[in-house]
Amino acid sequence: MSITLKDVEHVANLARLELTDAEKAQFTDQLNAILKYAEKLNELDTENVEPTSHVLPITNVMRDDVRKESLPIEKVLLNAPDEEDGQIKVPAVLE
Amino acid sequence: MALFDLRLQEVHNKLNNKELSVTELVDASYARIKETEPAIKAFLTLNEDNARTEAHALDKRLGDGGEHGLLFGLPAGIKDNIVTEGLLTTCASQFLSNYNPIYSATSARKLKEADAVTIGKLNMDEFAMGGSNENSSFYPTRNPWNTEYVPGGSSGGSAASVAAGQVYFSLGSDTGGSIRQPAAYCGIVGLKPTYGLVSRFGLVAFASSLDQIGPLTKNVEDAAYVLQAIAGYDASDSTSANVEIPDYTAALTGDVKGLRIGVPKEYLGAGIDPRVKEAVMNALKVYESLGATWEEVSLPHTDYAIATYYLLASSEASSNLARFDGVRYGVRADNPDNLIDLYRKSRSQGFGPEVKRRIMLGTYALSSGYYDAYYLKAQKVRTLIKQDFDNVFNQYDLIIGPTAPTPAFRIGEQIGDPLTMYLNDICTIPVSLAGVPAISVPCGTADGLPIGLQIIGKAFDESTVLRAAHAFEAHTDHHKLRPQL
Repeated sequence: MSITLKDVEHVANLARLELTDAEKAQFTDQLNAILKYAEKLNELDTENVEPTSHVLPITNVMRDDVRKESLPIEKVLLNAPDEEDGQIKVPAVLE
Repeated sequence: MALFDLRLQEVHNKLNNKELSVTELVDASYARIKETEPAIKAFLTLNEDNARTEAHALDKRLGDGGEHGLLFGLPAGIKDNIVTEGLLTTCASQFLSNYNPIYSATSARKLKEADAVTIGKLNMDEFAMGGSNENSSFYPTRNPWNTEYVPGGSSGGSAASVAAGQVYFSLGSDTGGSIRQPAAYCGIVGLKPTYGLVSRFGLVAFASSLDQIGPLTKNVEDAAYVLQAIAGYDASDSTSANVEIPDYTAALTGDVKGLRIGVPKEYLGAGIDPRVKEAVMNALKVYESLGATWEEVSLPHTDYAIATYYLLASSEASSNLARFDGVRYGVRADNPDNLIDLYRKSRSQGFGPEVKRRIMLGTYALSSGYYDAYYLKAQKVRTLIKQDFDNVFNQYDLIIGPTAPTPAFRIGEQIGDPLTMYLNDICTIPVSLAGVPAISVPCGTADGLPIGLQIIGKAFDESTVLRAAHAFEAHTDHHKLRPQL
């Protein structure tokens, strides 16, 4: 498998990145090199191997459904780039 | 910095005997920073006013005979991906250059509860992605032993600040070697605890199944004290391990008689600098002389670890870093056409090249049609790598090898070649994938640059790791060497 410039553009769109032409060309080369290296994993037969997503034997950590205090609104908005009436402001979602 | 060469117990004795005050310790820290920071550049933000206020409060408590926390009065540096309420936390990224956290990480809170004084926030590779600190989007930190060389990374600022005597100890984070490798390059002690031992709450996530916070110190005993202060179950971290926390300093008996050590042949083969190999072999002789035994063992899937790691860590990163969209915090791009354009522009302007590269790799590995071939395959190989460790630990108490294949490299030497840069992590990444604890301790030098010995233990057996590291330190002088600054 090798990555084309078109693949890089597709992935950049998925990742919500806007790349310059120079970045696209560079990432095409570098991702190809990294993925070519990663192909060595295919030397291993993993047909009957379970995947490890986590090393600890922990599943579904639950807590009691107890009501807790929320963060005060001033604190939540402290880092917001734009705000209005106690809410975070963004450009229109629907045109 | 003679003051910071004192052992923790000696510092506390002097404080108790009124030969020293916390204010003097904090003053010494900032004086040393002023003197050395132009050459080292370990810090991104200083906490000077607050630190001096805290020092006064601690001195008052000392005078009143009040209680003392475990790390009472010690000047500490914190890696800049650990959030600290009211103190800028940037992850060395332009994206978060204005981020003022509204809460503190559990580890930062525990340092405060132990009465350590936060001196400032430490430089790193952007979002902890890198092994040289050259990926900081502000400026690279330099190695105190030779400022033409990298301090390692991603916790490069954490390692350099301790090595330069700017702080008494620091916290770093380790995903594939980011505590151990810079500790090795800077000639200090760095401990990556077992995955889940230290809460990740408030650690800005890079690869959630691998990230772990740990101490960087001048000696093993101090590492044990800092670990004692930060370890433990935390309900705020759903991957926190609910295990009994032992007394780590009680484990430092000096006795390693009968310990069985496995030495992986894969960690001393091709690509390992002969001077590094020699330093490791000399260390094994020290263990022999102390009554421990060692044998060559094999971790047969070592060669697959880097590919596995970069697929898994980048995939997790691409998902974790989706939260940086310019909406709730961080630097928002000006004049976006619409909401999607706001995400795109903010992320493209805010992230540096290595972060973009890993987001791209991870997004590709998780994308439709490639998930099984890359991500799932890597998760399966991770199982095989973990089994390698399980098999060796059935017969041995510890695994010992080098921390990194070479001493530090020159700034700029590898920055254009990501794959070569990734290979520096060949001895640390498998350990991270297995989730087990490991420490790096100084074991020699080559051309004036330090070499690190890596001691790897069973899951949650930090006590044996620390005991072995402490015994080695007690019978060698490598940890006493200091850079000339």
